[in-house]
Amino acid sequence: MLNLNDRKMEKVDLYNIYLNMEQEDIILSFKGDISKDLLSSVYQIVEARMESDNEDPKRKKKLFQVLVECLQNLYNHMESFQAGIGEGASDHTGSAIFMVGRNKVGGYRIATGNYVLNSNADALKDRIDKINAMTPAELKAYYLERLGATELSEKGGAGLGIIEIARKSGNTMDYNFQRTSDKYSFFTLTVKIN
Amino acid sequence: MLETLTIEGSNKTPAVIFSAEAGVLEISGKSIPENSFGFYQPMLTWIEAYSSAPKPKTEVKIMLEYFNTSSSKCLLDIFRKLGAIQKSGKSEVEVIWHYEEDDEDMMEAGQDYNSLVDLEFKIVQI
Repeated sequence: MLNLNDRKMEKVDLYNIYLNMEQEDIILSFKGDISKDLLSSVYQIVEARMESDNEDPKRKKKLFQVLVECLQNLYNHMESFQAGIGEGASDHTGSAIFMVGRNKVGGYRIATGNYVLNSNADALKDRIDKINAMTPAELKAYYLERLGATELSEKGGAGLGIIEIARKSGNTMDYNFQRTSDKYSFFTLTVKIN
Repeated sequence: MLETLTIEGSNKTPAVIFSAEAGVLEISGKSIPENSFGFYQPMLTWIEAYSSAPKPKTEVKIMLEYFNTSSSKCLLDIFRKLGAIQKSGKSEVEVIWHYEEDDEDMMEAGQDYNSLVDLEFKIVQI
């Protein structure tokens, strides 16, 4: 079981973090509290980066749309998750991580990581599996069905976000649940944009 | 006369101009706020008020570069309210849905909305 307090770091091994990021072709990454201001900055950085790289407008739009849905899912999740674990909880499960990577052939990868309650893990897994198994036509029909039939809550998009991630990326989503305690698992979602 | 609703655009929210006097409702830019519900509420309230005495013709111009899924339901709410005005017979409502060249997804989104509501849609390339 992971206990962060046991790992007293005398020195931060920044070089190792650097090498890891270099190896994974990460152009941007963040770990901590997910705020609205942070997301604004990230959108600006990613847009500016694609602009300076003369990224193909179609791919730029796709990446941007997928990025927005991934990060807003993370934002919404963290907001309700933090409310769930209680105000002022010093628990490290209240922060999250995400990264945007770009490989040599120009494809992008977006990955997000956050804690989820073990009790919610199975439902989330089933939902992703269900969406991963759909054809583009089925995804579209499912999206429209959810859009037209449901009243949205103030926060979430009635699960439209994850359908949109699958639709716009055109790839299946990779995920992993790492059980870290009786209560929590660390959930990682990875999406590729060709 | 209902006052014009003007909202300046930002990097997450579109520019909005709803003019009762002209019968023209315009939304343009990006729509990717975290809280779309809060952002769109004033527009829904405005349309509610407009519906009591609309212009004989109402033109709705949508020029969006991106919109997130939480905005997508708010847009549907707007179209449904406009559909009710159309149905009341007080105004002829036309939606002009713009998309940038090669943005098939945005073109398709216009067609999708058209299929979900009882409104005249004109889908045009910018």
